[in-house]
Amino acid sequence: MLRLMTPTQPEVSAVPTPPPASNPLFPFVLQLADTSLILAHRLSEWCGHGPVLEQDLALANIALDLLGEARSYYQYAAELEGQGRTEDDLAYLRSAVEYRNPLLVEQPNGDFAHTIVRQFLFDVFHYELLIELKAGPDTQLAAIAEKSLKEAAYHRKWSAEWMIRLGDGTPESRQRIEKALRTLWRYAAELTSPTPLELDLHTLGLVPDYAELQARAAAYITHVFAEATLPVPTEAFRQPGGKLGRHSEHLGYLLAELQYMQRTYPGLTW
Amino acid sequence: MNMVTNELTANSSQLTAQKIWPLLEEVSDPEVPVLSILDLGIVRGVAIEGEQITVTITPTYSGCPAMSAIATDIRLRLLAEGYNRVVIKNQLSPAWTTDWMSAAGRAKLEEYGIAPPVDGTATGHMLNLFGKETAVRCPLCKSEHTHLVSQFGSTACKALYQCDDCREPFDYFKCHA
Repeated sequence: MLRLMTPTQPEVSAVPTPPPASNPLFPFVLQLADTSLILAHRLSEWCGHGPVLEQDLALANIALDLLGEARSYYQYAAELEGQGRTEDDLAYLRSAVEYRNPLLVEQPNGDFAHTIVRQFLFDVFHYELLIELKAGPDTQLAAIAEKSLKEAAYHRKWSAEWMIRLGDGTPESRQRIEKALRTLWRYAAELTSPTPLELDLHTLGLVPDYAELQARAAAYITHVFAEATLPVPTEAFRQPGGKLGRHSEHLGYLLAELQYMQRTYPGLTW
Repeated sequence: MNMVTNELTANSSQLTAQKIWPLLEEVSDPEVPVLSILDLGIVRGVAIEGEQITVTITPTYSGCPAMSAIATDIRLRLLAEGYNRVVIKNQLSPAWTTDWMSAAGRAKLEEYGIAPPVDGTATGHMLNLFGKETAVRCPLCKSEHTHLVSQFGSTACKALYQCDDCREPFDYFKCHA
């Protein structure tokens, strides 16, 4: 009502308002958004190619959940940044070196066993992380985590059961899951290795203690591997970098497809 | 208020949330058209401020593609009654649960051929690998002799079951708590 009663008048402020100080949570929320978006995109590549119809649907459903989660994070990131960028700008108009997803999620699908190992390693971490974020001090981040946690529980159950079926399955499935583990295990550690940003945010109480998270994730992985009759890999080699913007060559190709429309027809809406 | 604008009709000056709720009952879920958005439990509030109507909705699942269609349908339904100052707010917390689904909604679902959620089966089920499946009644022949085909079905909110007696494959609206 107030707005109706006030006659329209020009803005009188002579001094341009300075841009708001960048919120320290912004790059972290963006990292969460990138992580969910890139994995969602990878999973969506399976659509129509799954080994059987029901699992094709499962992959597409999980992709959709992660895409929804990514959107919530991007919307919040845009709000935290306060520079007028939208969720679409953040997803479609940033280059590979600006993406902050861990390397694991950008790895190609490979065969079904490869996708399952990648998904399981992510799901275990994702589930534990969301539990912590849900209890965290930032209300919007907690709300997104509360929502996504219910879905992440389905994802983890699905990928854990497939780890067991394939690991304790036929010689062929076992050989494939072992091969996938040899390729992907090196990327798992990055999920729970804090970057300088995450350490800073941890001291502010905004990011959980990754050491504790790692311990819980390891306990669950050990439990599932025992059921799957798989030895937990002991390989020490680690390959981090994605959360700092150092990506594998795969991300560029992925983004070329994901961002194609906006890059070709800037500002396109439908 | 009357000093500001004369255009306010008698109808709109008496605008109350009670007038809006029945209209929302007529907006259906585009993916399960037999359910209204009230049956589904996704309308969290209606607030009136002057001429503005704020409808707060919450998604069933994060990626539910029906949410933008539902927001549009709410606007269109209210516009048809002449309400054009409508704000749709999306609220994530508290997160939607099938506990909010109405009894009428559950009955309509079963009649439509989708088994309604079996309460209290969400959490434990998710933590136990290869655990006992939820016993779901076949919406066609009402047999309890059914089995889970896949936890993920035709939409994010449903799982796929099959009846062992009449052999009907059917959707089960997952318990989400």
